[in-house]
Amino acid sequence: MQRKEAAWGYLFISPWLTGFVFLMGGPIIVSLALSLFNWDLLSPARFVGFANFSRLLHDRLFWQSLKVTGLYTASSVPLSLVLGLSIAVLMNQKIPLLSFFRTLFYLPSVVSGVAVSLLWVWIYHPEFGLLNTFLKTLGISGPAWLQDPLWALPSLVVMGLWQVGGTMIIYLAGLQGIPTQLYEAAWMDGANRPQTFFRITIPMITPVLLYNVIVGIINSLQLFTQPYIMTAGGPNYATLAYVMYLYRNAFQWFKMGYASALAWVLFLLLLICTVLLLRSATSWVYYESETPSRKKDATKHALRK
Amino acid sequence: MRSGNRVNGGPTTRALSFLLVLAGVFIVLLPFFWMLSSAFKPESEIFRSPPQWIPRPVQWANLLKSLTILPFSIYYRNTAIITAATMIGDVLTAAVVAYGFARFRFPGRGMLFILVLSTLMLPIQVTIIPRFMLFKAFHWLDTFAPIIVPAYFGGSAFYIFLLRQFFLTIPRELDDAAKMDGLGPFAIFSRIIFPLAKPALAIIAIFSFLYNWNDFFVPLIFLNSEAHYTVALGLTSLKGHFFSTINLLMAASLIAMLPCLVLFFLAQKYFMGGVVVTGVKG
Repeated sequence: MQRKEAAWGYLFISPWLTGFVFLMGGPIIVSLALSLFNWDLLSPARFVGFANFSRLLHDRLFWQSLKVTGLYTASSVPLSLVLGLSIAVLMNQKIPLLSFFRTLFYLPSVVSGVAVSLLWVWIYHPEFGLLNTFLKTLGISGPAWLQDPLWALPSLVVMGLWQVGGTMIIYLAGLQGIPTQLYEAAWMDGANRPQTFFRITIPMITPVLLYNVIVGIINSLQLFTQPYIMTAGGPNYATLAYVMYLYRNAFQWFKMGYASALAWVLFLLLLICTVLLLRSATSWVYYESETPSRKKDATKHALRK
Repeated sequence: MRSGNRVNGGPTTRALSFLLVLAGVFIVLLPFFWMLSSAFKPESEIFRSPPQWIPRPVQWANLLKSLTILPFSIYYRNTAIITAATMIGDVLTAAVVAYGFARFRFPGRGMLFILVLSTLMLPIQVTIIPRFMLFKAFHWLDTFAPIIVPAYFGGSAFYIFLLRQFFLTIPRELDDAAKMDGLGPFAIFSRIIFPLAKPALAIIAIFSFLYNWNDFFVPLIFLNSEAHYTVALGLTSLKGHFFSTINLLMAASLIAMLPCLVLFFLAQKYFMGGVVVTGVKG
C-alpha cells in the first residue's frame, strides 16, 4: 500500500522531475562544463581549463557590467523597499477608495517590459519628453537622461520605481495582518506613533520584508530588457547590464564557453545573495505562526524592547 | 481583509495620507496619459512645446497605421498561440505536480520540495545556454517549441508552490470518500480536486498569461524569422523601423498593453488575492 502510494507520488511529480533534470539542474552542470571550453557552435569545442574564468578577471566589460547591475540592484532594492512600504503605510488607514487606488498602483506592473521601455524612452526625451517638459516649467533645464553617461542608470532605477506597486500591495497585506490588539496595548502603555512603527509594525512584517528583498534582488540581477531597448547598454557602457553582456557573448558573438562562465558567475552571485539573506534572516525575521505560546512571548518581547 | 486591522490616525493624519496617496496615484497614471495623448497625435504635434494633452485632432488612424507598418497581425497571432499553449501547460503541470507533493507520501518528498522552491531563485538566464544547445539539437530553434514545451515540464516553481498550498487546505476526507467509491488517484485528482481548485487555477492562468504575453528574453533568443515574431519582438523592430514615428510607437505600445490591462481589470479580485498569498505566506 505504502509503496503504491509512493509510486503514485512519483508519477504525479514526474513532469517536474523531468523538467528539473533537463531544463534546470542538468543545465547548471552542463554550463559549468561548457565554461571550461571555447566553442563557437561551428568548429569543435576546445578544452581550455579555467582560462575563461581567468579571462573574466581581466575583462574590463565584465567588471563594468557587474558594476552596472550591482549599482542598479543596490539602489533599486532599498529605494523600492522604502517607497513601497511608505505608500503601504499611508494606504493602511481607513482612506476612501482604497481598493481602487491599490489597483491603480499595481497597473504599471502588469504591462510589458518592451512597451514600458518604449514609453519611458519618450518620457526621457531630452527636448520634448514629459520629464524635461515638466522641469522646464520649473525653470530647470534637465539633462539628456538616457544619453547622459551620468544619468542613464539612475533613469532606469527611477523607471523601475514606477512599478513599485507590485511590492507595495504585498507590504499592505502584511500590514493588514498585524493584530490591532498589539497597537492598543502599546498605546495603553503610552507609546507614540514612531515607537509603535519601529517596535511593532516593522518586526511584524519582517517575513514580508525578507520576501520582497529576495524577490527584488533576483529581479534586479536579471536587468536586461530596459537597457536592451532603451540604451543598448550605452552611453559608453553606462547601462551595460550583466545579463546583456552575457547575451552578447552567447548569442551575438557565439562565445558559448565564455558566456557559460558568465552564467556561472551569475548563478554563484544569486546563490551567495540568497544564502546570506536567509542566514541573516534567523536574527531579524520573526514568524508569528510558529507556536501560539511563542507567539505570545514574542509579542511581549516586541512590546518590551 | 478585516477593516478592524487598520491603524488609524486622527482626521488630519488621515486627510493628509489621502492626499499623499492621491498624489502618488496621479504620478503613477501620468505616464499612461502621456502615452495615450501621444498615441493619438498627428506627427506634427508630437514635437511641440508646451505639449498639448488633448490631441487636436484626435488621429484615430494612428492605431491602424501602427499595426500595419509591420505585419503585427502575424505577431499577435503568434503571441496568442504561445501564450495560450504555455498557459495550459503551466496550469496542468503545476496542478498535477502540486497534487503529488500535497497528497502522497514518498521517500525524498521534503527534499524534492525544497528543490522546487530553490528553483525560484534560478532565473532563466543562468540555464539559457544549455537550453539553447538542447533545443538546437532537437532542431527546435526558430519554432515556438522552446518557449511552450518547458511549461509542460513543471513550468514555474512559483505556481507549484501556490497550488500545493491550496491543495493542503482541501480536506483529506474528500479524497478518502472518493477512494471508498472506488476512484483511483488520477480520477480523484481530475474529477474532484481539479474542479475544486478553480479559483487557484485562475490565478495561475492570469499570472501565466501576463508573463508570457510580456516576455521578451526567451522569444528574443529562440525566434529569428519575422514570421515567428511575438508582439514584444515586433515592437522592438518597429522602434528601429524607417517609417515609425513616436506617435505610432506609442499607439503600438498602447495596443500591446491593452490585453493585459483588460485582463487585469476583469480579474483583479482573483489576482490581488494571488499576489498577496505569494507574498505573505511565502
